[in-house]
Amino acid sequence: MTSLLVIVVLVLLAVALWQLTKIFDLTQVGSSSDDSQVASDNDNNIQGYVMFGFLAFIYIFTIYGLLKWGNLALHTPASEHGILVDSLMNITWVLIFVVQFITQGLLYWFSFKNRGHKDRKALFFADSNKLEALWSIIPSVVLACLILYGLYAWNNIMFIDKDEDVIEIELYAQQFKWTARYAGQDNVLGKANVRLIEGINTLGVDMSDPNAQDDIVVSELHIPKGKKIHFKMRSQDVLHSAYMPHFRAQMNCVPGMVTEFAFIPTYTTSEYRDLPFMIEKVANINKLRAEKSIELVAKGGTALDPYTFDYLLLCNKICGASHYNMQMKVVVDTPEDYKKWLSEKTTLAQDIKAAEAAKKPAEAEGAKATTDSTAKDTVKAVIDTVKAVVAKVTMK
Amino acid sequence: MSAEAHDHDHGHDHEHEHHHKDTFITKYIFSIDHKMIAKQYLLTGIIMGVIGIAMSLLFRMQLAWPEESFKIFNVLLGDKFAPDGVMANDIYLALVTIHGTIMVFFVLTAGLSGTFSNLLIPLQIGARDMASGFMNMISYWLFFLSAVIMLSSLFVEAGPASAGWTIYPPLSALPQAIPGSGTGMTLWLVSMAIFIASSLMGSLNYIVTVINLRTKGMSMTRLPLTIWTFFVTAIIGVISFPVLLSAALLLIFDRSFGTSFFLSDIYIAGEVLHYQGGSPVLFEHLFWFLGHPEVYIVILPAMGLVSEIMATNSRKPIFGYRAMIMSVLAIAFLSTIVWGHHMFISGMNPFLGSVFTFTTLLIAIPSAVKAFNWITTLWKGNLQFNPAMLFSIGMVSTFITGGLTGIILGDSTLDINVHDTYFVIAHFHLVMGISALYGMFAGIYHWFPKMYGRMLNKNLGYIHFWVTAVCAYGVFFPMHFIGLAGLPRRYYTNTNFPLFDDLQNVNVLITTFALVGGAFQLVFLYNFFSSIFYGKKAIQNPWRSTTLEWTTPVEHIHGNWPGEIPHVYRWPYDYSNPNHDVDFVPQNVPMKEGEEVLHH
Repeated sequence: MTSLLVIVVLVLLAVALWQLTKIFDLTQVGSSSDDSQVASDNDNNIQGYVMFGFLAFIYIFTIYGLLKWGNLALHTPASEHGILVDSLMNITWVLIFVVQFITQGLLYWFSFKNRGHKDRKALFFADSNKLEALWSIIPSVVLACLILYGLYAWNNIMFIDKDEDVIEIELYAQQFKWTARYAGQDNVLGKANVRLIEGINTLGVDMSDPNAQDDIVVSELHIPKGKKIHFKMRSQDVLHSAYMPHFRAQMNCVPGMVTEFAFIPTYTTSEYRDLPFMIEKVANINKLRAEKSIELVAKGGTALDPYTFDYLLLCNKICGASHYNMQMKVVVDTPEDYKKWLSEKTTLAQDIKAAEAAKKPAEAEGAKATTDSTAKDTVKAVIDTVKAVVAKVTMK
Repeated sequence: MSAEAHDHDHGHDHEHEHHHKDTFITKYIFSIDHKMIAKQYLLTGIIMGVIGIAMSLLFRMQLAWPEESFKIFNVLLGDKFAPDGVMANDIYLALVTIHGTIMVFFVLTAGLSGTFSNLLIPLQIGARDMASGFMNMISYWLFFLSAVIMLSSLFVEAGPASAGWTIYPPLSALPQAIPGSGTGMTLWLVSMAIFIASSLMGSLNYIVTVINLRTKGMSMTRLPLTIWTFFVTAIIGVISFPVLLSAALLLIFDRSFGTSFFLSDIYIAGEVLHYQGGSPVLFEHLFWFLGHPEVYIVILPAMGLVSEIMATNSRKPIFGYRAMIMSVLAIAFLSTIVWGHHMFISGMNPFLGSVFTFTTLLIAIPSAVKAFNWITTLWKGNLQFNPAMLFSIGMVSTFITGGLTGIILGDSTLDINVHDTYFVIAHFHLVMGISALYGMFAGIYHWFPKMYGRMLNKNLGYIHFWVTAVCAYGVFFPMHFIGLAGLPRRYYTNTNFPLFDDLQNVNVLITTFALVGGAFQLVFLYNFFSSIFYGKKAIQNPWRSTTLEWTTPVEHIHGNWPGEIPHVYRWPYDYSNPNHDVDFVPQNVPMKEGEEVLHH
């Protein structure tokens, strides 16, 4: 309803303004000269002042924005390389604000200062090699510094040392869900291919690979603080992007290839929750949610749950209709908690065995009910096996 | 140049003209006159612009008031896509996709380049018409056809293409992945293939015309900057558009004939597909090999228009004419070797990322030169604040604001965390969307008298500019912050993430600015259409400009000049030349005896 009101107000405002100019035009009917639609000295004067006003608007809006929305931006990075990223970001921001402040100032100040008048004559100033050299060389030097720092950081982040002691985890993307696979005791992920997807083995892990025997598949990502995590990413259908904003980490998941990203988390979830900025942010969000809840309850809906912070893995590459709800909770544990959590998980091999055991009695029952469906199932099973074998052969 | 030969040709045309009269169809529909074709492009561009902007207002409303019911959604989108007035999530993606496609290709490429290259190239270089008037006509009608096909895709059963305007496969290749990738996507690809054919014909025509048909004395270093930018834009178009065409064709093969150029190892809707060995990353390379030059195809003509309008209305030469040309050439060259900055985290080798960071940040140097040269042009000028001038200053302002954040996005390290967030949307809308639109508006206000022989109302122009200027910053400045908060783009709603709850107020503010800004474009539309019929009659050279188009009569005639084509004796920026008493000396005025050239 409020929105409708806003729109009505806007339309009325537009109509009012339109009528105003109509009146304005009618007052000018008397002057029949043909250049009446060319800016006059009076126009130049008014527009010059408005230019100056607009400069003030830009400055004030920028400062207002920084004060009001500045704290919305991601704060303390939760990963080691994030500190490097953020310091480069801050340097760049300082540069941007300085240049923005100066150039917009000059642009609108000159506009105001040199507003036209029929007695004025402009200065014929066609070129100056000195000036042009000045504003070619200064940006070049500044950019060279930024490029060097940027490339240093990029190389540090993206090139993963093969010998380093890392934890390998696979992030697996599909419409519209994330799954993680841990490499287990041997810290080597078993081979996998979508052609091997079958039943409970939704990631297509090659169970004949010895490395795959101890792999663990989970739907909530736990990682230990202070250890380098080497993510290997796959997708089974379309492009997805594994985006973990608090860790300053992102990499696309591409069907048909394995992409990678690595980082060291530096705050456990509970430590990050206790950071002062986060306490404030969560309190603010909960205040907003409480207000919204009152509105919802009044309309007969249910109130919203209060929010507690959790790291998230989001999908950041358009992947289909429910792209907006493809997320996974990420938990950073202390190394001890992480070990404990992982040890409680069953391996994929065990899961498959359990599923098969559970399936057998069910199948026997099914056979009694309809022989027809059994026949179908058998044929399907045979085809699936053949497919799997063919796939394996083609893979090799 | 072969001006004499051309004159001769024209003499022939003239005789021909006496023998038959233009019918309505040859004059207004299948016209081969560049001025009429320019108007056709402009009108089509404006209509597409209205549709594109209207779409953005719809999805902005969804973002501000997610899943709320609006009657207008139901009226415009129908029961299928907006039951009870609530926008469905798949139509949201379709709107985003078609908005991007329409604005980038149909408004800011064809609408902008098509209009002003066609109008100004022959008029400003002193030619009777384009090198091939017939091909020019075909180019427009192919563009029209592609626009019709694109719009018709809105009405197919499963909805239009909805994989984003970048149409990355596999999403765009598999109807199982998203309904819009069925017939809607097929129509999208067909439309784009025709569009590219149209664009190539136009570009070839522009290039050939600029090279061959300049009047006597119009050397390359006496060309107005408008012509320089149209010329360079056409060259970039000819180099890069065919690559998109090849990507589109390969995608059609993958979709319809079972090839695997871009697809591999896919399991979807419960079955394994047969594709093997292709790579979506290959598509991204092909797409962005056009996609990045495309943003310069959009912005360079706007830069040219702005340079010309700024000089005229400052009553001063454009500062650093040669540096402006060099920077256009540098930008054009660099634009073809930076496409990878859209793909830093696509899974391509990080080493390539380093290379693309380097080349990308280099673009800041010619861009800085341009920005400072524009600012210096204003210095000690005698600024005439016609609406066109306001839009030109606005363009420089948004180009700087938007361009500066490019330093963040072009840096692979920083791109990791802001890639595909609202930060990117804020950046490119300011630097190429709003800037190019301002350039287009500036061009329309400035050359309207040349197109229609009448003037636009300046007061409506002032209102149009100032409201648009405030709203453009109001929309895109706050958007940087929600991007920095980590909000991904192309989300139908953020309500599933309590983390982003504190961004909702900002979204409401943005949408409010968008609605006001959108509503005030009606002021422009009213001004435009009423002035065509009822505007004040224009005089021959209302802005007291030096370039050749203002030496033609107000009434349009075939062949542009009634008599001989004027010869050119000086550069296009002799404003306030101290050797002359008047503050502008047209290009066709011979040098006075002993007059020195005052510029390099």
